[in-house]
Amino acid sequence: MTEQTSPVPAKAHAPSPLDIPTRAAAPKPAPHRPQTAPAATTTQETAAAVPPQVVTPALPAKVTGAQALVLALEQVGVDVVFGIPGGAVLPAYDPLLDSEKIRHILVRHEQGAGHAATGYAQATGRVGVCLATSGPGATNLVTPLADAYMDSVPVVAITGQVSTHLIGTDGFQEADISGITLPITKHNFLVTKPEDIARTIGEAFHLAATGRPGPVLVDIAKDAMQAMTEFTWPVPFDLPGYHPVTRPHSRQVREAAKMITDAKRPVFYVGGGVVKADAAAELRALAELTGAPVVTTLMARGAFPDSHPLHLGMPGMHGTVAAVGALQKADLLVALGARFDDRVTGKLDSFAPDALIVHADIDPAEISKNRRADVPIVGDCKEVIAELTTAIEADRQHGRTGDYTAWWKQLNHLLEKYPLGYDEPEDGTLAPQYVIERIGKLAGPDAIYLAGVGQHQMWAAQFIGYENPRTWINSGGAGTMGFAVPAAMGAKVGMPDSQVWAIDGDGCFQMTNQELATCAIEGIPVKIAIINNGNLGMVRQWQSLFYDKRYSNTNLGDKKAQENGTRIPDFVKLAEAYSCIGLRCERKEDVDAVIEQAMAINDQPVVIDFIVHKDAMVWPMVAAGASNDDISYARDIAPKWAEDGE
Amino acid sequence: MNGMDQHTLSVLVENKPGVLVRIAGLFSRRNFNIESLAVGPTEHAEISRMTIVVNCDEHPLEQVTKQLNKLINVLKIVELESAQAVQRELILIKVRADADSRSKVLETVALFRAHVVDVALDAVTVEATGSHDKLEALVRVLEPFGIKELVQSGTIAVGRGGRSITDRTLRPLERSA
Repeated sequence: MTEQTSPVPAKAHAPSPLDIPTRAAAPKPAPHRPQTAPAATTTQETAAAVPPQVVTPALPAKVTGAQALVLALEQVGVDVVFGIPGGAVLPAYDPLLDSEKIRHILVRHEQGAGHAATGYAQATGRVGVCLATSGPGATNLVTPLADAYMDSVPVVAITGQVSTHLIGTDGFQEADISGITLPITKHNFLVTKPEDIARTIGEAFHLAATGRPGPVLVDIAKDAMQAMTEFTWPVPFDLPGYHPVTRPHSRQVREAAKMITDAKRPVFYVGGGVVKADAAAELRALAELTGAPVVTTLMARGAFPDSHPLHLGMPGMHGTVAAVGALQKADLLVALGARFDDRVTGKLDSFAPDALIVHADIDPAEISKNRRADVPIVGDCKEVIAELTTAIEADRQHGRTGDYTAWWKQLNHLLEKYPLGYDEPEDGTLAPQYVIERIGKLAGPDAIYLAGVGQHQMWAAQFIGYENPRTWINSGGAGTMGFAVPAAMGAKVGMPDSQVWAIDGDGCFQMTNQELATCAIEGIPVKIAIINNGNLGMVRQWQSLFYDKRYSNTNLGDKKAQENGTRIPDFVKLAEAYSCIGLRCERKEDVDAVIEQAMAINDQPVVIDFIVHKDAMVWPMVAAGASNDDISYARDIAPKWAEDGE
Repeated sequence: MNGMDQHTLSVLVENKPGVLVRIAGLFSRRNFNIESLAVGPTEHAEISRMTIVVNCDEHPLEQVTKQLNKLINVLKIVELESAQAVQRELILIKVRADADSRSKVLETVALFRAHVVDVALDAVTVEATGSHDKLEALVRVLEPFGIKELVQSGTIAVGRGGRSITDRTLRPLERSA
């Protein structure tokens, strides 16, 4: 994205007031973590080598709009921005060069910046930030924004826009990005006046992080960034219509508590909202107090320990038989930060047919959207769950205790009879599930795992044991192939002391692997495990099951190349071209060694090309649009609740 | 209407650019149908008021309201029950009326307490306000003369009685759980 017009005269490098003390109103930035990787420190050292800025302590300060932008970002506590410059956003990049608080990570594609911001946000709980220019730069953020919107991830995207006088004229690199992103952002802004920049940034971060989190886009006209303004901080927000409810209604909570105690077959149906609310500890206390079973959705893996005896696993299309069966046979579902997604409910009419519904969510619009709630609770999951525990404790002091013994007998039977498992391929090739399982075992529950979208994603959700929240990051709602590499980059930047593994498919990997260059140059030593079956595996699975094995356009390999023993592309060579370590593994006996080899490398990104069997399938499975009652444990093996349940 | 009820929503929004497209976009994206939509300023410069008429059942209506409430620029939504509200539409009709038929047209216009706002040799333009049903009846009666052109506003509505829905919106809103 090049600037065709003549560049703006470089601004005089006036002393920029970069050291304004943080005010109480702004969220406190988390302490900047030391960068362990050598390459990362280069940027830090360069910044440190620059003579300290002349401090202008007095506010308001006279600055350009672009300086106001950078100052506001510093004030709200931003430590990392993922971005790539271009014409309309050039003014913002100039003061960014001087910022000592903000590290800019130069990505290779805006989509990478967006997913990196998401990975950063999901791993840390802080707002992720991405920066792009107008037109195509901004439209390249559309996919990550849609992705973050579906998964309620706090992300702020800042885009340069053409100058005000050009807006609406089809100017060079003009796109109506605020119009384009209306349905895929929590809110967005078009800023055309320099004096509005700081306030809008403050509002954008507030909107992104509070209530139901979500992406917010701030589109700033180039001339607004170039003009002079006064910077003051904090700035009062102008958001008269925004009042997220976080405190639950106590009567509703008491009613829910009573229902949990009275229920014979309750299930805690836990969604991503519990992770967002940092409520894992509260959830554990509630579950252990009641002794009721817990299921964690794809977005909630890690919110409750997989090793916990009350945990039945993941519900949904590829959930465990026990989790799916528990929902179907329950007489009470306590949905916590979950949204009754079609991938969880299957055919809605036959979902949990006997269950009363308690639905707690911070977003009132989610409650009764798909399934009518009997007891709606609007509030932040952390507060809701804590208050539920208190209310149930109070019930117990009055001698009212739930008894789920018979229920657990049923569930234990399902757990024993239908454990998660897989078959080793008969031809001796590598089972993809085995590879993923071993990564989970060797890297352990303290590592952070990411995935792309498809079979490998489901296996990673099934066969890695998650014990902690924010250790499983994936694209759940949008199902964005290509998510893993850039999101892993963002997660590693946010959590540099954690081991970060991206479990990726060979299809997904080819969509965004250019960010390996960013990882190598910026010193972000992620580990990428490509589960390479040479196919678009999940689509192939559906073709196997529903399209009579007519494999239309799912084979990513080339027959002639395969006969010659060459691969297109050769992921090991590709990794090496990006200055990453490239490894390959094709045999079961080598799996542990190659994982350990990768784990020993901490100063470079590592890519492992695991060549796996192409016909492995994800089981169990509820076919799209089918009832959860028709779950298949494996091909042509379907549990019968009536027989299995008693 | 297909067993669905008509609901009139008064939506107070910030008077900012782009708000109308946010509302309209929400309706189309969430697969809700707008029957009529009228937007205009209120007694407060910073607040606009939209009157939206939708045909839907109770459950989708709840979703419409909740989704609208999520829009950052939406300040307040009130459903106006038809019995407790005054609802009006405005219509302008250009009716064929030559020397022979003009007096009959004028007679009809008078019957509906409408006004003639423009006269030409071969046509008169009639202005009328009223409920949807009244205006429909007027159009039906004028049709035989020949309607050359017709333009109609969306419904606007206000609750009966002395209370105002904008008053409280202006005060800093406190959360009521």
